[in-house]
Amino acid sequence: MNINATLLGQAITFAILIWFTMKFVWPPLLQAMEERAKTIADGLAAAERGKHDLELAAKRSAEIIHQAKEKAGEIIVSGEKRASEIIEEAKANAKAEGDRILAGAKAEIDQEVFRAKEQLRTQVSAVALAGAGKILGREIDAKAHNDLLDKLVAEI
Amino acid sequence: MSTEGLTTTEYIQHHLTNLHAGEGFWSLHLDTIFVSLVIGLIVFGTMWLATRKATAGVPGNLQNFIEMVVGMVDAQVKDTFHGKSELIAPLALTIFVWIFAMNAMDVIPVDLLPLVASWMGISHLKIVPSTDLNATFAMSISVFFLIYFYSFKVKGFVGFGKEILFSPFGKFPLLIPVNILFRIVEDIAKPISLALRLFGNMYAGEMVFILIALLPWYLQWMLGAPWAIFHLLIITLQAFVFMMLTIVYLSMAHESH
Repeated sequence: MNINATLLGQAITFAILIWFTMKFVWPPLLQAMEERAKTIADGLAAAERGKHDLELAAKRSAEIIHQAKEKAGEIIVSGEKRASEIIEEAKANAKAEGDRILAGAKAEIDQEVFRAKEQLRTQVSAVALAGAGKILGREIDAKAHNDLLDKLVAEI
Repeated sequence: MSTEGLTTTEYIQHHLTNLHAGEGFWSLHLDTIFVSLVIGLIVFGTMWLATRKATAGVPGNLQNFIEMVVGMVDAQVKDTFHGKSELIAPLALTIFVWIFAMNAMDVIPVDLLPLVASWMGISHLKIVPSTDLNATFAMSISVFFLIYFYSFKVKGFVGFGKEILFSPFGKFPLLIPVNILFRIVEDIAKPISLALRLFGNMYAGEMVFILIALLPWYLQWMLGAPWAIFHLLIITLQAFVFMMLTIVYLSMAHESH
């Protein structure tokens, strides 16, 4: 147990080592560590943010797909409806056109029949006139019997 | 055993004697000074080297290792000391690393370096500086002065004076002498306990290694290996305890009771 000047020497060494650590070892190391810790924290935060963004995007895309499907379904339904409408319309049109054509044809036939009847009527009256004239000769006054003839023609 | 021509007692005493220069108080233990200085240069030089190449990016092995130590010390300081100080954290690191390195000299075989020294004509060599009271007291007394420096600096002359007079028992005038007495005992106990705890542990450890070295060579491993492994724990623990108590004492100097 002998305390001597070694103590002073050791204290000086100690002081120098403390000064050295304080000046050259501690600050740069701690700074590097703090910077790294900050970088890591930033990276983790960015990763978290990215994950969150990804989740949001996935949700949004699912929504969009859902909407698109709904819309497609609507379009198909309305398309089918429109198609049946068009078919019905076409059917109706065709029916109307057919009716119209039929009616026209009927009217024409009626007209033809009427015209033929008229013709026939005039011709019959002429024939009757001629036949009667030939039978009766001169005695018959065409003028006096015209009324009678007309009545006859009308009866035919 | 390299005890040619020595009795057991002489062998032990030889190992426990410092290399001396001078007489009386103004003498030096050359081995303590030399070994602690060389250790300091190596260890702190290495740390300095690591800080030269320190990056905030991916650290190398050396930087990583030193950052582990620095991070441990920093965490302890932040846990215990709540003031703001440029000194305390580096001081704690210095204490921990230096004491650890000095203690670690203990696991070098006790006869190896003295044998090498004897070839160079050096008669005595005690290679573990922390088994020298001068080394441990140098640190604890430095810490003691720092405690008083910060007590005055933080609390001021009046504040610190009040603390000495009135705590721990209160302001009652009759209690003031008791308070002062308590304070004296408390403050003297601090450096003495710091120094003696470290010295005692390391001295005892060294002693056991010397005794183990007295066994026949083929038996030494049976005790030497377990003791060395156990001693690694003591080496680290004592360095840690010295550092921790220093932080505690200095944080007490910063805070009023």
